[in-house]
Amino acid sequence: MIAIIFRLAWRNLWRNNRRTLIMLVTIAVGIWAMIFMTALMRGMVNKMVRDAVKVLPGHVQIHHPDYLDDPNIVNSIEEHPDGILLQVLNGPDIVAWSSRVRVAAIISSARESRSITLLGVDPATESEVSFVAGKIVQGSFLNDGDDDGIIVGRKLTETLETGLGKRIVIMSQDPDNEIVDRGFRITGVFDANTEALEEGYVFTGVTAAQNFLGIPGRVHEVAIVGRGFRQIDGMYQAVKNAAGPNFSVLPWTELNSYLGTMLGVMDGFVLVWFMVVFLALSFGLVNTLVMAIFERVREIGLMLALGVKPMIILAQIIVESVCLLFFGALTGNLVAWLTIRPLQDGIDLSSYAEGLEMFGYSTILYPEMTVEDVFTANVVVLSLGIIASLFPAIRASRYQPVEALIKV
Amino acid sequence: MSDIRCVNLCRTFHQGDITVTGLDHVSIDIKKGEFVCLVAPSGGGKTTLLNAIGGLDKPDSGEVWIAGKRIDNMGKSALAEMRLNNIGFVFQAYNLIPVLTARENIEFVMEVQGIPAADRHRRSAAILTEVGLEGLEDRRPAKMSGGQQQRVAVARAIVAKPEIVLADEPTANLDSSSAEQLMDLFVSLNKNHNTTFVIATHDQRVMEYARRIVKMLDGRIDQDIPQDPR
Repeated sequence: MIAIIFRLAWRNLWRNNRRTLIMLVTIAVGIWAMIFMTALMRGMVNKMVRDAVKVLPGHVQIHHPDYLDDPNIVNSIEEHPDGILLQVLNGPDIVAWSSRVRVAAIISSARESRSITLLGVDPATESEVSFVAGKIVQGSFLNDGDDDGIIVGRKLTETLETGLGKRIVIMSQDPDNEIVDRGFRITGVFDANTEALEEGYVFTGVTAAQNFLGIPGRVHEVAIVGRGFRQIDGMYQAVKNAAGPNFSVLPWTELNSYLGTMLGVMDGFVLVWFMVVFLALSFGLVNTLVMAIFERVREIGLMLALGVKPMIILAQIIVESVCLLFFGALTGNLVAWLTIRPLQDGIDLSSYAEGLEMFGYSTILYPEMTVEDVFTANVVVLSLGIIASLFPAIRASRYQPVEALIKV
Repeated sequence: MSDIRCVNLCRTFHQGDITVTGLDHVSIDIKKGEFVCLVAPSGGGKTTLLNAIGGLDKPDSGEVWIAGKRIDNMGKSALAEMRLNNIGFVFQAYNLIPVLTARENIEFVMEVQGIPAADRHRRSAAILTEVGLEGLEDRRPAKMSGGQQQRVAVARAIVAKPEIVLADEPTANLDSSSAEQLMDLFVSLNKNHNTTFVIATHDQRVMEYARRIVKMLDGRIDQDIPQDPR
């Protein structure tokens, strides 16, 4: 029985080659559009999130419970976590972590001054967590935590009219609310995606910063990087449980709620996009099946008259639809792979979108074709396609043989 | 016991404001192995009666019994099952499945019945020879003449050895030679397998083969005449 259903379905599809080919192309283009556009959108948003997470926050951060509400120098924590927290931080789910001193400060050159955030970092661990070590364009990054050289952004050197090797003065507060200041020499200049980063952040060694501020052994945050920005739930819970109630532990989605929300919206938008494409597709699919059935009402009547059960007629129409959807989807997937593959090295948008950097977007777009998106696109098209084809299939199975047989 | 029993069948059709009487209190018993011709002018009710007997159409009232089972109140699936296993149909307009070859058309009913492929092939090969279509088994209907198509339709109707064959104007589109061959085949099946034949026709040549002529007029049985066949 199954053999005759498939044989009839397949041969009926090719009764009208042109119509079937048009429908196959339509499904293929629909699937391609779903996968290709999603790959572009995913590439753009994921790159933005990765860049943003790489800037400073990492995937999870640990702070003093009051630090985020009041980023005062006294709301600090131990530089070196111990016990269970240290075990979790050195566990397999965590790629890297880095302790930082982080205070507000004023930086002054001989000509200008600006408010900045001073970060005291251990270069050995910081290079695994944030972008700065890999973005040095002049001089070099810090050698160790005792290094009291200063790393500034390119834009800040322009604003302060200073440069590599020059001295600047940094002024901040110690834990007793007394003003502290000292001179530092610029040993490195970094370049970042955004000018705000280049102007807003200054780096020195963690021990040098602690000595300068009078907070030996204390830091303000521990930034942690896991296996991926989407797979942080387990790691976040483990760190939160290990840290206990004396620490504030937050994921990047809460540290940067704009990006966190955007990622959620993006996931929702992908589904909406799939549905829109499918809706356009489904009209063609249903129309094709209705026409194919309309052409052979007599034949369906004959099959019913010969003793074929209505369910078999329904199954045959569904199989026709599945064949169309399957081969259309297969072609669409193949074309999507063939068109995305050559773009893996990135699409340079710099000549079209100079303003992207201002918003934290990269000007190189790397399409990301994920298994999940391909799977979802195919499941949406196949499952909803089958549901859509139920309408003409049920209609065909309900024909009265005697009425269908006299149709011309 | 009767192979076919119709009791007080009524069927009307509505075309806009007009009501047409298809069957008007028709009762008939047809015994197993009978060779019956339903004869009527156009609109006389012969096709309507044939459709009711075959379970293709439901009467407005009355009862239809096939092989001891009442079928007028059966559901669609049960009716399909009954048709599949008891009745072979031959329609006026060949009615073959165009995407299947002659052999596949002949084997279609057997395949739906679930008969193994080897058995199907053996039986279809034999019937193809019997109806004179050897060598044409792989042709699709579009590549066959009207007579050849009708012989395929007949082969399909009889190859599964049904108890009853219902034929509606089976010779209407055939030349006299093909019509004679077809009727000889029907008679041979009737004699050799005791298959019941009910044929709706107004073809005088067909009537000569019947052992019973049922004449209908305006949806009623006007005359029911036994006769000696040719």
